[in-house]
Amino acid sequence: MSLSVPDLNFRVIAPALIVALTALIVLLAELVTPAPRKRWLGVLGLIGLLIAAGATVGLWGAPASAFGGMVVADNFGLFLTLVILLGAALSILLALDFVRAHRVDQGEYYVLVLFAVVGMILMATATDLIVIFLALELLSLPLYILAAFKRADARSLEAGLKYFLLGAFSSAFFLYGIAFIFGGTGTTNLMKIADALAKNPRNDLLLVGAGLLLVGFAFKVALVPFHWWTPDVYDGAPTAVTAFMSVGVKAAAFGAFFRAFLVALPAFAFDWRIVLAALAVLTMTLGNVAALLQSNVKRMLAYSSIAHAGYILIALVAMGASGLSSALFYLLAYTLTNLGAFGAVIALSDGERERLEIRDWGGAARQYPFIAAMFAIFMLSLAGFPPLAGFTGKFLIFSAAVETGWAWLAVIGVLNSLVSAYFYLRPIVQMYMSEPVPGWDRIRVAPLVALALVLALIGVIALGLYPTPAIVMATGGFLR
Amino acid sequence: MIPLPFYLTLAAALFCIGLYGALARRNAIAILMGIELMLNAVNINLIAFWRYVKPAAPTMDLAGQIFALFVITLAAAEAAIGIALIIAIYRSRDTVNVEEVDLMKW
Repeated sequence: MSLSVPDLNFRVIAPALIVALTALIVLLAELVTPAPRKRWLGVLGLIGLLIAAGATVGLWGAPASAFGGMVVADNFGLFLTLVILLGAALSILLALDFVRAHRVDQGEYYVLVLFAVVGMILMATATDLIVIFLALELLSLPLYILAAFKRADARSLEAGLKYFLLGAFSSAFFLYGIAFIFGGTGTTNLMKIADALAKNPRNDLLLVGAGLLLVGFAFKVALVPFHWWTPDVYDGAPTAVTAFMSVGVKAAAFGAFFRAFLVALPAFAFDWRIVLAALAVLTMTLGNVAALLQSNVKRMLAYSSIAHAGYILIALVAMGASGLSSALFYLLAYTLTNLGAFGAVIALSDGERERLEIRDWGGAARQYPFIAAMFAIFMLSLAGFPPLAGFTGKFLIFSAAVETGWAWLAVIGVLNSLVSAYFYLRPIVQMYMSEPVPGWDRIRVAPLVALALVLALIGVIALGLYPTPAIVMATGGFLR
Repeated sequence: MIPLPFYLTLAAALFCIGLYGALARRNAIAILMGIELMLNAVNINLIAFWRYVKPAAPTMDLAGQIFALFVITLAAAEAAIGIALIIAIYRSRDTVNVEEVDLMKW
């Protein structure tokens, strides 16, 4: 029996390693940081994320794999890594003042965010089902704790418990699926699964496995009918956490979703494209219709994020290079826009009180003209108004669908966008047309939150007006 | 040697028992136990597949065994976090019944 040393190419996982190292440093520094200075731990985390982003850019354009083909650094994974790092950095900026206002100013907050980021990066770059599963757990476990981070608030605890129970439940399906795929092909490596399928296209075990895997992914990215945890968790979790998980988990889980189905299972594409198209229609329609009925801004944004998962699924159904690049661009646009929207909710809160009901937003435009204008732009971008990032993203996805012969799916997507405009415009109307609500006075907006909002706004407008560089970056594709 | 389908049937039965427990029980700890059963069913599947799919060289490729070890480790980590959450809920609400943890509508 001979033992071969695997290719330990640590350079390939440098971004994840740097973030993990930062998390450990923050964890140690937390011990010696006095209570009033905890926010510097967040700054330390931000520096780590910036260095990791630098390392990601350094890997760009030279696809490489490591650890015996378990992890790759291809442009698809690196683009998602950048999206995840951007989302994490903006959400830490939002959290710096948020945790103080909500009296949960503890260094562990940033540590958990950073560990979740490690899991997200690994999930987006993994090419082996074992690593995808481990990364999924590595991102989920810190998020369960973060959702329940505000221990004094029963709603936050409830969100944590619900997220945990449904997350653990869905990982069991995910794992059962992986076990069947392993049984059907004798391997967990995505490329080798594709090879085994090419040799032996009739593989019932693998078909069962792929179905269970799909259920696991559907839970994680919140596709209808596996979405019901989303509104409660997004509503109950502290808003800064909601902002982070609504973007980071989507980017990471869709990354692994796309990679698993496009790299390992293209031989079954005829079957799963129809199933996913049906799921996309259900997800978009139910997400948007349920969002129409919400009076709570966080629940509305939760249903809106479900609907957006449906739009991104259209890109997976479309397959091909255009589908892939449009999904990457959409995830980038969605990350910036959604963080901005949740950031505006944080900016307009008064200490621990947040304007959760849409009627609380009355007259906000008079009290906070700049924040209100930014929130309006984020809402319009989510609805897909030109010339904002959301419009470009939807345009790319729908044109990818039309190109590959799924025009009817694109039509349903466009109709859904029209419906969604109603509930995205409602808070805007409330802000600009109503009188200020008694009990909500103008208070000073935390400068760091305003900074995060401005950064997101610049991104949203830049991606809308001049999307070419991002689209070019997004066309990198997989390393096979 | 016991044929592979026997193991798969056992695993499927265990998975379904766990699934039933997770869906039908109202006690958060019982739900957690159901989920643990589901994970153990996966382990049986992994080990059985590992032994039978490539019987020629089971010692060369340990992926199935290693994966089962990872699953056991993760189940432990998950249980630690889950029970911590359940204790936190119990301290604030005096209940571990998920139907009474209902500040937000499902």
